[in-house]
Amino acid sequence: MYSKEVLVCNQVGLHARPATFFIQKANEFKSGIWVEKDDRRVNAKSLLGVLSLGITRGATITILAEGPDEEQAVNALVDLISSNFAE
Amino acid sequence: MSEKSDIMYFVTLKEIVDRFKLEWINRPKNCSEIKISSNEVNRPGMQIAGFYDYFDANRIQILGMVEHKYLEHQSSNDRKGVFNQLFSKQIPLLVVTRDLEIFPEISETAKENSVAVCRTSLSTSEFMSALIAFLNTSLAPRITRHGVLVEVYGEGVLLLGESGVGKSEAAVELLKRGHRLVADDAVEIKKVSAISLVGSAPEIIRHFIEIRGIGIIDVKQLFGMGAVKDSEKIDLVLNLEPWVDGKHYDRLGLVNEYTNILGIEIPSLVVPVKPGRNLAIIVEVAAMNNRQKRMGYNAAEALNQRLIKGMGKSIYQE
Repeated sequence: MYSKEVLVCNQVGLHARPATFFIQKANEFKSGIWVEKDDRRVNAKSLLGVLSLGITRGATITILAEGPDEEQAVNALVDLISSNFAE
Repeated sequence: MSEKSDIMYFVTLKEIVDRFKLEWINRPKNCSEIKISSNEVNRPGMQIAGFYDYFDANRIQILGMVEHKYLEHQSSNDRKGVFNQLFSKQIPLLVVTRDLEIFPEISETAKENSVAVCRTSLSTSEFMSALIAFLNTSLAPRITRHGVLVEVYGEGVLLLGESGVGKSEAAVELLKRGHRLVADDAVEIKKVSAISLVGSAPEIIRHFIEIRGIGIIDVKQLFGMGAVKDSEKIDLVLNLEPWVDGKHYDRLGLVNEYTNILGIEIPSLVVPVKPGRNLAIIVEVAAMNNRQKRMGYNAAEALNQRLIKGMGKSIYQE
């Protein structure tokens, strides 16, 4: 299990379009990946799951992964968020 | 994985007051900060008589007719002492039932100790059972699971499986066949009692489904009111997995398998998925069969019994 916290600071937070980039990236990895916000944890490969967290600008989320490529997966997703989805 | 259940849940005093339309007798200044995290309640009979061993000050206290009658026989000074002691424990809330008259000593001492006191018109037992049911639901341990929850012939069926195995597609076909969607993708599961789980969808994505190639659809808009439901108990778990040639799948259904969610064993099946296998019909049959088993009839068992009986006869005839 590998995990990292990241601050979401793009303009609008993780609404529909950034979320699709996010889950597309997550689906590139074999590991099981989860996103956690407050006390809720959802599957990072599921669009509605990620949207259900209602991640707004300024929220801190935790990305967790478990599997053969867990480190790469978490780092790639953290980079994607930190780069503001290359807005 | 993806389970978390070590968090303490709470319900605010305001939620309880609003839910039961309680009348304020004493509303302390800090009442918006009062949180209740115990799902047990107490009738303070023993405490009124002065016995405070094993007193749990986190519980809501309910004062009914018995306590009221007892207090009526006490002097005003004694009543003052009783409530000063009770309120000094900083209980979250005292509720007086049956619209009973409030002793002036209650209001006075409640104000002094800034403890919340409310009144309800319900009888003590009615109010207690309703309050406990509400607290059990509000404070229930919960987890979010990746899956789809549908109601099929009245059975709550939780479909689990990897992304892309076809859970949402199966759900859409079930909708077309007249069943109901509760949650897609993220199912919030609450343990509402020691034996039952209830699932619902997170508010934001409620009644939406994602179908690969189409995108997001709004089930309530597209299929109508009859196709959705806000929450449903979980009676059966179906683990969907891609069909593996040569793997052993259950052929009889004689052995009951269970999936553990929040400490509760829910009957479960592993359903192999392959193109051309109509998942919706399999889910329907699984739901009906589960119901029949619960009602006491196991088809595999019955077949076996018939077989054994038939064998016995043929041996006898020879």
